Amino acid sequence: MAQTYDWAAIAKNPKFIELHHRKQRFLFGWWAFSTVYYFLLPIGAAYATDLFKIKLLGNVNFGYLFALSQFFVSWGLAHYYAHVANKDFDRLTREVVSEFVK
Amino acid sequence: MKKLQLFLTTALLLALPNLALAAEIKANKTITITFFLIIIGITLSVVVWSAKRTKTAADFYAAGGGITGTQNGWAIAGDYMSAASFLGISGMISLYGYDGFMYSVGWLVAYITVLLVVAEPCRNAGKYTLGDILSFRTQPKPVRAVCALSVVAVSTFYLTAQMVGAGKLMALLVGFSYTFSIVGVGILMVGYVVFGGMTATTWVQIIKAGLLMSGAFLISILVGYKAGFNPIGFFSDIVNNPNIQDHVSKMLLKDGIQISGEAAGQRFLEPGLFLKNPLDQISLGMALVLGTAGMPHILMRFFTVPTAQAARKSVIIAMWIIGGFYVLTTLLGFGAAIHVTPQGVTAVDKGGNMATLILAQQLGADIAPIVGDIFLAFLCSVAFATILAVVSGLVLAASAAIAHDIYVNVIKDGHADQHEQVMAARITSLVVGAMGIVIGIAAEKQNVAHLVALAFAVASSGNLPVVVLSLFWRRMNTAGVICGLVVGTVVSIGLVMVSPNMTYPQNIANGAKKTIEAMEKKIAAGETLNEKDAKALDQAKKDFAANDGGTSILGLKAPIFPLKNPGILSIPIGFMAAILGALAFREKRAEEMFDEIYVRQNTGIGMAKAIDH
Repeated sequence: MAQTYDWAAIAKNPKFIELHHRKQRFLFGWWAFSTVYYFLLPIGAAYATDLFKIKLLGNVNFGYLFALSQFFVSWGLAHYYAHVANKDFDRLTREVVSEFVK
Repeated sequence: MKKLQLFLTTALLLALPNLALAAEIKANKTITITFFLIIIGITLSVVVWSAKRTKTAADFYAAGGGITGTQNGWAIAGDYMSAASFLGISGMISLYGYDGFMYSVGWLVAYITVLLVVAEPCRNAGKYTLGDILSFRTQPKPVRAVCALSVVAVSTFYLTAQMVGAGKLMALLVGFSYTFSIVGVGILMVGYVVFGGMTATTWVQIIKAGLLMSGAFLISILVGYKAGFNPIGFFSDIVNNPNIQDHVSKMLLKDGIQISGEAAGQRFLEPGLFLKNPLDQISLGMALVLGTAGMPHILMRFFTVPTAQAARKSVIIAMWIIGGFYVLTTLLGFGAAIHVTPQGVTAVDKGGNMATLILAQQLGADIAPIVGDIFLAFLCSVAFATILAVVSGLVLAASAAIAHDIYVNVIKDGHADQHEQVMAARITSLVVGAMGIVIGIAAEKQNVAHLVALAFAVASSGNLPVVVLSLFWRRMNTAGVICGLVVGTVVSIGLVMVSPNMTYPQNIANGAKKTIEAMEKKIAAGETLNEKDAKALDQAKKDFAANDGGTSILGLKAPIFPLKNPGILSIPIGFMAAILGALAFREKRAEEMFDEIYVRQNTGIGMAKAIDH
């Protein structure tokens, strides 16, 4: 038979609350950032055509580099999240778990 | 006016030799079939191997939780990248340049939502299916039943599109008949899932992702080699290519814009040649960014890894593979535009879907004719493996919803032993697969392009809102889940049904009328029609007679909803419905159990129970 837990007590645990606050701030903030950054692409392609046309490297224009930057921003954000989660969130989680799971 | 007419006629005449040659692409049958047999051989031995390991329901649905993060990352990529993204996006780039590249971006950005919002919570709080998460603190029976319907709907839409695509692709490439291709693909997919469950499906997806990446990498290296591995030079090759310049000039002439030479070449690298409605683009982006995280076959992949850390790692690996693939796709698409030319691409397939394949054959043939055949055969087998991997994942997701949610938990009240659960899962997979084959054959002549948009619309407007609210909102309850799922799904389907995706006979009739008028003008001018024009006139007259005054399936003359992708409207409606439903029928138990699901999804406490159960 699996162990049963006092979920409400865990939810009120200060460490869990800290985990919850940190995660919420990080996840929502960066999700919003990435979404806004992404939608700048179709919006810009439609309404900022003059900007997108500017040639920066030979024939490569701003629009192309901006679209390419989406890939690097996504990869970068994914690794940044993994870094923070592996370091902070996992540590806090382990502390909460060790307090309640025997 | 006369000048323009003269120009058009000349353009038409100049284009004729191309059309008359109406090229086709045929793979060398012996080599291609050898490659196919190798793939079938490898995948079937994986099935035999995994069948021995598939004894319990946890084995069948979640590979016993024994897939590593890296393996799962490759499998997610293999599950996600369909033949449409493999062949379609590079084709779009080869014909419309920048817009094709821009289109591919959303497919990667979608994984940020998967990573930040659903992957780890689903791993921590879920078991085998979407229904497990949604029924956690609600009344399980109605929620599971409605959820299973929505999962089956999404999977069927996606599966039908994939099956029809598979049949057409195999017919076009290798010359197998449509029905033979669908039955063959169907039997393999059913075999993988029925005997090998999630373990076999995972390995088929990993193998496919490996093949896809090596194919894309190989051709990209050749394209890069041709450009002397000089990225700046590669782009000036595009801009200075007379075929591309000519192609762009002709496209823009239709809109009454006259440019030529280098300006036209440069225009190929700027947005707006294909995606002309920004609202539709934003709507599609919303459906991708939120829909991917609501796709049952993607969510299901997170139940196969042992921990939240492995789930996290798998998304990151999947993002590198998927993103890397789309970056290579740019090289393939632009490479096809330079070396095959847009005219050469459209001569084989108007939609450009064959661009990568022709490019591979051509670049290989530059080395030696047989190498061209081998490259083409290899890429055909990559397409074949791609189809197998995607359809297997969909069949597994749909049968899990029916067998686990409806049979075991609704009909049998959760009281079924392991043997019975696995039997139920196998029988359901067989039935779902057989249905897939039947629908695939029946839909041969149907326009299935809108089905993918539909699948993403339902996933983003029906599934995602209720998943997110179940995991993160205390007041979410039974009524909220049911309202959200039903309203989100119905609104998405409804909007697509009245959108420009459907066939509107009146539009066809109007198009035919234009052709008839153009031809009659020619006759009136004393020209005699050549064979091709005469045929076109004949066809146009038939089309006009058959379609004039006709209406779409819903009896409409023209679309009511102007966008192809309903997300921009249906996603907010889905969220609103779920929230209002939950607030209207408050449920004490669901609110009390929020602490439990919230602690579980954040910490994974109690997760072992979910796997052993």
